[in-house]
Amino acid sequence: MTDATQGRVFGRTQLEDMVIVPLFALVAALVLGALVMAATGVSPATIAQSYVALLKGSVGSLNAISETLTAALPLVLAGLGLALGFRSGLFNIGAEGQIVVGGLAAVVAGVALGDMSAFIALPGALLAGAAAGAFYAGIAGWLRAATGAHEVITTIMLNLISFRLLDYLLRTPFIQKEGRADPISKSVPDAAELPKLLTFLDANLRLHAGLFLTLAMVAFAYWLLFRSKLGFEFRASGENAVAARFAGMSAGWTIVLAMAVAGALAGLAGANQTLGILGRATPGFSAGIGFDAIAVALLGRSHPVGVFFAGVLFGALEAGGRQMQVDAGVSIDLIGIIQSLIIVFIAAPLLVKAIFPWGFRKAGKRENKS
Amino acid sequence: MTVLLDKARQRQTRITGGILIALGALIAVFLAPDSSGVATFRLSRPTDVWPVPNLVVPGGAFVYVASALLAFFGVRLFLRGGARWSARFLGIGLIIAVAAFLVWATAGKSFSLTGMLQASLVRAVPIALGGLAGVLSERVAVVNIGIEGMLLAGAFTGALVGSLAGGLAGLAAAVAVGGVFGFVLAALVVTYRMDQIIAGVFINLFVLGLTSYISSQVFQEYRALNNAPVFRAVEIPVLSDLPVLGPVFFSQNIFVYGAFILAGLATYYLFHTRHGLRARAVGEHPRAADTLGIDVYRTRYVNVTIAGMVAGFGGAWFTLGSVGRFDEGMTGGRGFIGLAAMIFGRWHPVGALMAALIFGFADSLQQKLALLGTPIPSEFLAMAPYIATIVVVAGVVGRARAPAADGKPYVKE
Repeated sequence: MTDATQGRVFGRTQLEDMVIVPLFALVAALVLGALVMAATGVSPATIAQSYVALLKGSVGSLNAISETLTAALPLVLAGLGLALGFRSGLFNIGAEGQIVVGGLAAVVAGVALGDMSAFIALPGALLAGAAAGAFYAGIAGWLRAATGAHEVITTIMLNLISFRLLDYLLRTPFIQKEGRADPISKSVPDAAELPKLLTFLDANLRLHAGLFLTLAMVAFAYWLLFRSKLGFEFRASGENAVAARFAGMSAGWTIVLAMAVAGALAGLAGANQTLGILGRATPGFSAGIGFDAIAVALLGRSHPVGVFFAGVLFGALEAGGRQMQVDAGVSIDLIGIIQSLIIVFIAAPLLVKAIFPWGFRKAGKRENKS
Repeated sequence: MTVLLDKARQRQTRITGGILIALGALIAVFLAPDSSGVATFRLSRPTDVWPVPNLVVPGGAFVYVASALLAFFGVRLFLRGGARWSARFLGIGLIIAVAAFLVWATAGKSFSLTGMLQASLVRAVPIALGGLAGVLSERVAVVNIGIEGMLLAGAFTGALVGSLAGGLAGLAAAVAVGGVFGFVLAALVVTYRMDQIIAGVFINLFVLGLTSYISSQVFQEYRALNNAPVFRAVEIPVLSDLPVLGPVFFSQNIFVYGAFILAGLATYYLFHTRHGLRARAVGEHPRAADTLGIDVYRTRYVNVTIAGMVAGFGGAWFTLGSVGRFDEGMTGGRGFIGLAAMIFGRWHPVGALMAALIFGFADSLQQKLALLGTPIPSEFLAMAPYIATIVVVAGVVGRARAPAADGKPYVKE
């Protein structure tokens, strides 16, 4: 990847990179989103109302914050995997498929281990999800390493294959819920469910123990990338594959491992959804999380901590968008537009500079003084 | 480096050989026992001007011969290597495997081969035009992941403007909007030096968001805005009466003709005109092109914009060329398969068209096989084109070379 994804653009200060650019991006995207609404005949009062709803639905109450975090967890998990891939020079579009495979595997393992205690069933189901995701992503990694097939194409194809595979498997007797004709899996038994955290305050709060899993994975990804030998190899082959090879690193293994770790994280995101929120697997349960996670990884500059905050921002937009649809009657698809605009402003710092020149001249002076 | 390359090629040849052997074995074990009876392929309808007799194939014998041939090719590749032959054998092998599969599925029944070929061409259109858009932009070294979004934008605009002002206006608007997104991509990657893949992802997400938003916000309420006329098939006099060839090639709508004509035009442009030579120079070695006085930025802008227009035209097929109404995300990954077609076609317009025809064939094969009632679950048939894409990209990509500067931004000194 170029420097745009790695957070060192033209030697600008960390503050500018991590705070000012994302802030401008968010503001610009919201303004353009308002223009889109105005262009489709939404009245100014409704536009104001919808942004108020966006705020209220994302951070306005305990329930809103719980919803924001709930929506953010799978985005952060899958985004961490994608960020690892980007750092290793791999453009993995396949998080969506890895989420499907991982989420389904977690359900299957959860059902199989349902009679055991929660100390065995839950870790077992999570591990199954991670392993399935790792295997599925590993296919693309292996194809890249062994034949040079570009991972962008193979992961996209694996996504499309995974949707069909899910539709098929949900109808097989081993997985399908008894007595149902439609494609739906058996329910995850209590022992394998990610427990809800805040039900003692209000039974409707959906935030679940996936939060701890996600925080642990943020720390793990940070350690792996910046403190371990393997992570060094990932980054080295991402920065300069030829140099890494001459330094004695095995390019093929690095690719397969990087893809597998990314897939394991995406698989955990899938398990997080099926074990934490849905309680079962249904067709299309991945709901585009894998694609939004690409944006999250880019927005977080492929840095684990950045990915976490980017995921929370996207989760907030998601939760707020639902409120917006209810309160103001504006379609939630508007959130997709805003998210894509955020990406473009983040990934093209020159564009942000062209639109908001004043914000950067000041910052430039500050840099000179220090 | 050469040693490394040779090793990689050898391994690739081995893998290709292994795939062919596996295919042969699968066919011998699973298909052959079930293929007793004759397979009847209908080539013409009774109402045709020049009817031709049906093609009758003895099932069992054909399938066994096919599996033996596959095994022979596979073993030869596995033992003898020879990278030169691997792509050719893989191609021939896949054709044989598909033929055996068809004979197996049709054994004891009859099946309209002409109808399937006709549908293949129709289904190849968006893939071919997407691939062509890919060729045009990658030849100037701009990786275009945004084709999917450009197709979707074309489909949407075609439906909207087509409903308001008629089919031709809709088509023109779709082409124009495709061009706009091509221009946006060029601006992002050339002027603002954004990462090319991120720029493409942005276009895909933005178009998906915008079109879904408008279709749920506006089309739900004003259904008349999403009800465009559809271009009917244009019969070419005399030629459309030819047996088999007539219905397949000369009785299609303007999108099918357009895909063939554009592939021809693009070939002429890229390989036989001064501008095409300049475009390729920019894709191979922008610094050298710049030194010779070619405006690298301008060339990239122009070519990527044209690529967007081609994709916009391809997108209009989804609405104006088939159903007349827009549905959210209706392109369903065709733009990405178009990218695969571009790689398979080795960054050549005609190659991309041929590859798209193969994908179109796989697509319509799956549709027709579902009608024949094979014991294979329909989900697996639906997967077949994607698996074929992976096999093809894995089997061929090592031998295909992208334009040298592909994906790299160029900064003028």
